[in-house]
Amino acid sequence: MGEVLVIGGGIAGIQAALDLADMGIQVHLVERLPSIGGRMAQLDKTFPTNDCSTCILSPKMNDCARHPNITLHTYAEVTGLEGEVGDFSATILKHPRYVDETKCTGCGECAQKCPARVPDTFDMGMRRRRAIYLYFSQAVPQVMTIDPDHCIYLRRSKCGACVLACQREAIDFEQKARTVCVNVGAVVVATGYDFFDPRGLAQFGYERCPNVITALEYERLVSASGPTEGHLLRISDGRPAKRIGFIQCVGSRDVRHQRFCSAVCCMHSSKQAVLAAEHDAGVESYVFYTDFRASGKGFREYVARAEREYGVHYVRSRVARITEDGNHNPSIHYEDAETSRPARMTVDLAVLATSLIPRPTTAALAQVLGIEMDPYGFVRTEPFSPVDTTRPGIFAAGCCRGPADIPESVMQASAAAARAARFVGRGNR
Amino acid sequence: MSEGPRIGVFICHCGSNIAGHVDVEAVEAYARTLPGVVFVQRNLYTCSDAGLSEIKRAIAEEGLERVVVAACTPRTHEPLFQEACREAGLNPYLFEFVNIRDQCSWVHMQEPEAATEKAKDLVRMGVVKARLLEPLEEQEVEVEPAALVVGGGMIGMTAALNLAERGFAVRLVERGPRLGGLLLRLDKLYPTHEDARALVAKRVAEVEAHDRIEVFTSSVVSEIKGFVGNYEVKITSNRQPATGNQHSLRVGAIIVATGARVFKPEGLYGYDGQRVITQFELEERFRTGGFDAERVVMIQCVGARIPERPYCSRICCTTAIKNALQIRERQPHAQVYILYRDTETQGTRYEAYYTRAREAGIQFIRYSLRHPPEVTDERVVVYDELLGARLGIPYDLVVLSTPLVACEDARELAQMLKVPVDEHGFFLEAHVKLRPLDFATDGIYVAGTARWPAHLEETITQAYGAAARAATILSKDRITSSGVVARVDEALCRGCSRCVEVCEFGAPSLIETAPGMKVARVNPVMCKGCGACAAACPTGAMTAMHFTDEQVTAMVRAALGH
Repeated sequence: MGEVLVIGGGIAGIQAALDLADMGIQVHLVERLPSIGGRMAQLDKTFPTNDCSTCILSPKMNDCARHPNITLHTYAEVTGLEGEVGDFSATILKHPRYVDETKCTGCGECAQKCPARVPDTFDMGMRRRRAIYLYFSQAVPQVMTIDPDHCIYLRRSKCGACVLACQREAIDFEQKARTVCVNVGAVVVATGYDFFDPRGLAQFGYERCPNVITALEYERLVSASGPTEGHLLRISDGRPAKRIGFIQCVGSRDVRHQRFCSAVCCMHSSKQAVLAAEHDAGVESYVFYTDFRASGKGFREYVARAEREYGVHYVRSRVARITEDGNHNPSIHYEDAETSRPARMTVDLAVLATSLIPRPTTAALAQVLGIEMDPYGFVRTEPFSPVDTTRPGIFAAGCCRGPADIPESVMQASAAAARAARFVGRGNR
Repeated sequence: MSEGPRIGVFICHCGSNIAGHVDVEAVEAYARTLPGVVFVQRNLYTCSDAGLSEIKRAIAEEGLERVVVAACTPRTHEPLFQEACREAGLNPYLFEFVNIRDQCSWVHMQEPEAATEKAKDLVRMGVVKARLLEPLEEQEVEVEPAALVVGGGMIGMTAALNLAERGFAVRLVERGPRLGGLLLRLDKLYPTHEDARALVAKRVAEVEAHDRIEVFTSSVVSEIKGFVGNYEVKITSNRQPATGNQHSLRVGAIIVATGARVFKPEGLYGYDGQRVITQFELEERFRTGGFDAERVVMIQCVGARIPERPYCSRICCTTAIKNALQIRERQPHAQVYILYRDTETQGTRYEAYYTRAREAGIQFIRYSLRHPPEVTDERVVVYDELLGARLGIPYDLVVLSTPLVACEDARELAQMLKVPVDEHGFFLEAHVKLRPLDFATDGIYVAGTARWPAHLEETITQAYGAAARAATILSKDRITSSGVVARVDEALCRGCSRCVEVCEFGAPSLIETAPGMKVARVNPVMCKGCGACAAACPTGAMTAMHFTDEQVTAMVRAALGH
């Protein structure tokens, strides 16, 4: 029985790995970050059911860790691929965590003693973590990682507070990067997406106005495990946000930036507006959109409910710019499509639905794998062989092949598993 | 008083994760006082090799008959501790997990004393339950390595081929006289403008050439019995005059790919099939050479996104764009207007397709339901929402974009499979986010427009996806049930069938034990141990093993201090 390499430990990679493993195929699941989970782990709730994202994802993460047919390679990347379909040889570079994975239990005692404070990337920099850290509470594996850029000992050979704190003697500053070679019959690429940096569109005031935030920052803000423990507070003064504007297509459907539609923003903004009302029934939400796209299963019904039951206002418009007043209240200047006139609305918080863009790291990986990208920088696939890349034996699933919502990513992951299994499977029975 | 089984309690510090907020020594001392407890130990990490060895050693040396671990969550660690018990010769269902991390130290971090008291309460409850635990057995059934695919369109064929290529036998059932489905009646496919029938023909040839696929055309599924790994299916010919031909098959998994049909807009916008036609009929004209029009107006959302059918059919905007481009290709000077409400062209490919249409000179005019278009004899009158003006557009041909709707026979098939459909008649998956191709019943999957309207790219993806899901069952030689399942006391059961009605997984069924005497039996492989049947049973005949009334009542009494 052959083996399969799955690159990317988000929901698409997790689903592909689980399907393959449940077919009796050995899987190497490689994740760049210290934990699997991907973007979905950062989301608070998911449309159209408002399921808690982590609550439905976390069992799958644990299934991966426990599955006898899955080998997890976290904090690692694929740096080489030789051979051909049915017989690839892949090189995996494992970064040093400086923590012995077999000893660490993730108890976190070390982090309590660590004196270095670092912006927490999982919480979009809105909170600080220590230099030794668990990527997030439900991380899989439950293993600490030392951030070499901020660890005092690694930079100046002083400190070692974590060594003293660890009762399991798991800290290992001598750890080095190492490579592992695996033989696989097929590869599934599921490296996900990045977000467009709204500083590229200065008119929207991100960074200039503290209360203009991105949709992903908003997810962390309403999440009970986020920096405000789920309280919907303004960044500038900690006051509750009572009126929120959600700006669609920030970077998307824009000839100067991304020509494509990001596919998920109409729905995630509706969900975010619903969540605001669930946190505080007095919140007023306005969604500023161009075309409202909601053709997935149950989506139109969800939007109708957002409007009817949660009082979400939908404003067909084009937002020109965002300014702020002396109290850091964002002021949204837009052209109202109903009246064709310019209008303005002052809100407590403006949330930018920034477009889903290819990860820069995926381009480099594509070079290693010898697969082509599409004109936008996503992994190239063809409409009627939707999970096949340009190289036989290499398949793609999830947002690395273009924006997609969670169920679509899951279906693509299962599809990629089916296609990959074809080249390592049991063959003739 | 130490009647009853010998109970051992292991209390985990989890480093400082638990011990930092719960006084584990106090919990240990308390556990020693509980009836039946003959051994108590604290471990820095009970889940470590050392901790697991201690459990095994104590079972052997202290003669433990029940093991309680007070630590983290069964979600991640129960299998580990159960395995340790099994290795030491103790039935794994004689193990009880108490979660003093999530439920004590984590949620009551700021109140260590209360957290400690709660930990004691939970340990006391775990110990009384442990006294009443019973050894349970797991059951195994063999898996028939064959699949049934219902629906011989592009999606059913794609799923069938993938499974056959992996070595599984496939039975493919198509209600029509030939394979190919809805695509046979289309002209081109977006966004590539490939010929639909050429693509289908290629797939049909592959299916027909594959010796592991057995095709039954003009046939329907007439009966389904059995369960995951072991479905018994009857297939009946629907040829007229009736032949009575019937086949009985055994399969391990089933994929539903029965497709959808196109809504016919009777009575809407002057639909007459002549000057006012559907997109579907337009494509028929393209194919047969019957298309001839210079001025074409397309109206979107005809019969969709209205109160009686609130959903968006996802594929109509792109279909209209495809046919508008086809018209321009045939007649470069043709004027084509698309009257739309929202352009549904998500993602990279379809947004680019929309751009291509606009660049080709297709006119897009937005209307709203406040001022729906009117079709008169000469013109289509529409209020342009962006322009803020009423327009009258002269036409030769009006083309209505109508949604995909569920097939009439979907409900019948759903009943046979005991799977649900939604209010629109589309098949309803187990979980809309993470199990989009599964049903709650194991071994049955769905793909294509029988599930929801979707682009061909997406439905082909679903076809492969459903094949993968089915292969996770078919790849196993046998399936093992959990010991935690429902059990019937046949002496108490009066065959009322409440359990059959409430079970989401089809596990209980009624069997006739004597003439006129029916009792429920539970198939342990299908049972998920959820206990819905036990709660519904009016006579107390049904018991959720491992969560029996006796065990749960004892825990509640212990919680209340009785």
